[in-house]
Formats: sequence, structure tokens, C-alpha cells
Amino acid sequence: MKKNKNINYKIFPDKNGRFGKFGGRFVAETLMPLLLKVEEEYKKAKNSKKFKSKLKYYFESYIGRPSPLYLAERLSSKLNGAKLYLKRDELNHTGAHKINNCVGQILLAMQMGKQRIVAETGAGQHGLATATVCALFNLNCVIYMGEVDIKRQAPNVFKMKLLGAQIQPVKSGRATLKDAMNEALRDWVSNVKDTFYVIGTAAGPHPYPMMVRDFQSVIGDEAKKQILKYEKRLPNYLVACIGGGSNALGLFYSFLNDYDVKILGVEAGGEGVNSKKHAASLAKGKPGFLHGNYTYLLQDPNGQINDAHSISAGLDYPGIGPEHSWLKEIGRVKYVSATDKEALSAFKLCSKLEGIIPALEPSHALAYLIKNSKKFSKKDIIIMNMCGRGDKDIFAISDKLGVKV
Amino acid sequence: MNIMINRIEKTFEKLKADGDKALVSFITAGDPNMEKSEQILCDLPKYGVDIIEVGIPFSDPMADGPTIQKSSNRAISAGSNLSKTLKIINKFRRVNSKTPIVLMGYFNPIFQFGLEKFFNSCKKIGVDGIIVVDLPPEENELINVYTKRYGVHNIRLITPTTDKKRLRKILKFTSGFLYYVSITGITGTKKPSVLEVKKAVSRIKANTNLPVVVGFGIDNYKQAAALNKISDGCVIGSAIIKIIESYKEYSKSKISKKIEDFLIKFSKDNK
Repeated sequence: MKKNKNINYKIFPDKNGRFGKFGGRFVAETLMPLLLKVEEEYKKAKNSKKFKSKLKYYFESYIGRPSPLYLAERLSSKLNGAKLYLKRDELNHTGAHKINNCVGQILLAMQMGKQRIVAETGAGQHGLATATVCALFNLNCVIYMGEVDIKRQAPNVFKMKLLGAQIQPVKSGRATLKDAMNEALRDWVSNVKDTFYVIGTAAGPHPYPMMVRDFQSVIGDEAKKQILKYEKRLPNYLVACIGGGSNALGLFYSFLNDYDVKILGVEAGGEGVNSKKHAASLAKGKPGFLHGNYTYLLQDPNGQINDAHSISAGLDYPGIGPEHSWLKEIGRVKYVSATDKEALSAFKLCSKLEGIIPALEPSHALAYLIKNSKKFSKKDIIIMNMCGRGDKDIFAISDKLGVKV
Repeated sequence: MNIMINRIEKTFEKLKADGDKALVSFITAGDPNMEKSEQILCDLPKYGVDIIEVGIPFSDPMADGPTIQKSSNRAISAGSNLSKTLKIINKFRRVNSKTPIVLMGYFNPIFQFGLEKFFNSCKKIGVDGIIVVDLPPEENELINVYTKRYGVHNIRLITPTTDKKRLRKILKFTSGFLYYVSITGITGTKKPSVLEVKKAVSRIKANTNLPVVVGFGIDNYKQAAALNKISDGCVIGSAIIKIIESYKEYSKSKISKKIEDFLIKFSKDNK
């Protein structure tokens, strides 16, 4: 990885919101002034002691940070003796990493005087986290969610309603995450004056990919401190699953300039990346423009966006955050995939061996490690982001396994 | 860009000389299918349409309301795409060399087609201008060289959220005419306030000599008449698409007749 040693990864995006050629701001004029305003306010917040101390307060006392870094010994025994540490963001309030970003963005929205929050959600984790923080701060909350996802994530839908959020079912397209994001953007265009759009992943127009990454990078900052404390050295590998890519960037960002740390991003391989049903935009997509940024997309030769497929609603997205597209092209991160089936086995294995029921999303990351266990040795230390817990998935999974709950 | 004179300038000059305003209409290429769409396109000038915006179908039209989303989906299902869009415009040009055609769409289909190839085709076929909805002036450099090289007008949207500073930035990259989006929202959903539009259009006109047309949410004569007093024309989009949607199973000449009924009444009341 010598060729990467001259790059300072921490200075991106540039002032135009570009990570190399990826990213940017590709939105209708109506949204541009607001995006510029969000960027300006975010810069202010980033340097404000008051904002930072507020963020720290809610991270610690509301979310429950720092999340533990846990040595999963029984799983390690399945990885040729490599030490597998799980960064336990599934223990956060609301059960996933998503809330880190929600607290950050909603504090910013309040600083900008916005009273109404809209968000898209796939697995429901981002919607749930947004609804939770809106309840906390007494803000109106509208969640756009595909009809297909509403069915496969019923527990989260119920919780969001309980928290006072209004759920807007999305019927267009294949009625999943991409379509929910279209509708949330349309809502935002129509209500720019009083509304803030809390994007849940490190995608969308600048400054969102940067902002989401920054709020999530608390994961990697903590993990770095923790591993140095436990092992007195940096890990050999980082691994995380990728849909839009926010949990992965959250873990990776702190280590990007540690050139000896190998980094793996695991995309959702669905029924196989060589089938038509997967969500592996980096493996099988082509750069293009969607949802405000230039990035790898699953699309046909005419530039129409293809539907993604994954057993995991949270990874079921035909695009990916622009920073990942860039990290792929310059070779800093290696992107791989795991199928629905492999993820399901890893899900079961983790539950049995560690007493941790993982979400289907991080089960993909674990599945890749298990599948490639021979590549690791006793000398290796691996940190995997356990970015969500599996409570939300048990109904969908029991269905797959033919068990009635 | 003053040296560039094409059908757009000529049309506005003629309208001005006649004391008339532009009736701009929008259809999606290939809605409800290629054959019917071609017929509608060829007939629109006969019904008093001065400028035609032809939508390039896209799977994820972020700035459009349900009517145009469905229209785009019908077109894609009927096999429409950018190269077929150019084909029907080519056929249109065989029967009509006067009416300006403006292609309107999202950046991804154009980018995947190839920018050089696209703008070159526009010039060859006789596309007079383009509106790329999701390409703000900040990203304009991606197409700037091509619009200039091939003499295709780069028409831009101005919205109620555009302030003075941005207005100047937008004007720097615009030619042909300006499209004022009369509402903060997506196409065909809210109704514009004439008073607000008046303020905005006079603000724009104080900064440019380019014609300004008003669109988004206009579907009746009264509204258009009121807006025409302050602008250089109106865009009728979703209202025509709704007619196509309602009568999509009809023969091409019957759909065209329905549009005629609507537009003839429109023009009469308006002029």
C-alpha cells in the first residue's frame, strides 16, 4: 500500500464537496441555497465549543457512548485464531450506530431554527433514531419508508409511531430505500423554509457525506483508543458492512492515515454479485449521478437506476456514499461482498457463539470474515463494527427459516 | 453568448413583435409510447404551442410530482430512453423547422449517453436548448464547454429560494431564456401566488434582458393570463401529461385531439 502513503485522507472533501471526482452537489436550484446554508452552519458548529460539548453530553448520557470494544473469543476461534474485536455500536440507544448522526444533525437543525424534521429509512434504524431524537427535542418528525420495508421491519414502524413520528409509506419504484429517499427529497424541496432533512447515510449532496461521516467518526475515534489500551498497537484489519456506508466510514475514518491498517468494506451480495439480485454498487455498478452526488450506482446502459436487492433492508440501496467510491478508486479500502445466505449463517453463528444477536447488516461483515478465515492468522487483530442489533430482524428471519414467532 | 441565434431567439422576437406571450408545453418522450408521443410532439405547434420542452425519461425524477413521475415510468416501460428521445425529435424536425425544442431532464441519462455525443447530436438534430434539473451553476463546468461548442442554449431554473447573489451566478451561465419556478416544490403540486411571482419576475428582469417564462403548477387560463402580464410566457406541463395519462389507451390521433381541445381553449382565452 506504499502508493497511498502520500495522501492525507483527512483533508477531503475539498471545498466543492468532492472526494477526488466523486461527491458534489447535484440538486435542483430550490435546494441549493439551503444546502449552502447547512454547510455554513455546520462549519460554525464544528468549531463551536458549545456545540461540541452538547454533542458530547448527548453521546454519553443519552446514547450511552463510548460503546465497548469487545474481544469475541469464541468467534475468534473460527477465524484461524485471529483476535476479533467487536465495536459494539449495537448497544447504543435505539440499537444501532444511526443515532450518532441523528443527534448531530438534529442539534444542527435546531441551531438553524428548523421545527420540522424529515428522514428516509430502509431498515427503520435511521427512522427510529430520528423519531427518538425528535421526541427528545419536541420536533415534528416525518419518516419516509418504502411499503416493502414497512412490511419487513414492522417492529421499528410500531416504535416510530409510538415516538410520535408520522410514517409516510412510499409506493413508487420498488418501494424501498432509494424510493424513500426520493420522496424525502421531494418533501424537502416543498418545505424548505421550516424543514431540515436528516440524511441517514454518508451519501446525498455536499455537505451531507462529510457531515454524516464526521458525526459517525466517533466510532473509530473510540475504537482506536480502546485497541491501543488493550493491545498496545493498531489492528491489522478493520471490517464493516456497506449500504450507503455510514457505519463503515465511522469506523474507518480515524484509521485512514494509518497506512498499515488494512480496511475491508463488505457490500450486500444478495443472491450473488453475478446474479441480478444484489446491492453491490462498487463491485458491479458504474459512476453516475443520483440523490445529489456523483458515485458508483447500479444502473442500466441508459442511465436508469436499477433496483438493488438484499435480505437486509439497510443495505438495499443501489448507490453508495461518494467517499467510498473514491477510497475504492485509489485503493485505500478493499471492497468485497457477502451473500444473503452467508449473512444468515453468520447471524446464527454469532447468536450462538457470543450471545449477541446481530442485525442482518453487520452479519454481512462477519460472514465475509468467516468465509475467508484461512486468510487470517494468530498474529492478526481485527476490529469489526457491530453496527446494529438484530431485534428488528427476528420476524423477517424467522419467516425465512420457516419458524412462526 | 449573444452571437448564438437560434429558434429560441427568433421565437421570442416574433412573439414580442406580435405583442404575444410564449406558450411553452412539456411532454415526456415516449409517453405513453414512442409512436403516440411522436404524434403528440408533431401536433403541439398546430395547437398554438410556441416552444416544446421534451422530457428525457428518468427512473428517479427527484424534482417532479406524481404526474410527471408516472409519465416517466410509462415512457421507460414503453422502451423510451435518450437515444429514442433524440430519434423522435429528429422525425419532428422533418416536419417542423421552426418550433424550438428544449430537452429537459436529469443529468445521469445524459452523462451515461456521453456528453460530447449528446451535445453534438443536439446540434445535428436541431435541439435548441437544454435544462438539466439537477445541475446547479456550481456544477455547470461539466457541460459548459459543450453547450458553447455546439451552440445549445443552457437554460436555467430560478426559484423562490434564489437570492440576489445566486441570481447573478445563474445568469452568468444562462442563455436562451430563464425558467422561473413559481413555487417551492415539485412539479404540478401547488398553485403559484401571482403577487409573489410578480415580485420575483421583476427582480429577475431588472438584472437581465433574457425572456423569463413561468412554470410549475399552471393549469388554467386565468392563472396563465395573470402571469403572462408579468412574464414572457407560461409553461404548461403536468396539465398536458394528465390528459395523456387519462387517454393513454386511446389512438394517437384521439389523444392529440384531447390535447388540442385543451390548448386551443387555453390559447384563445389567453391571447
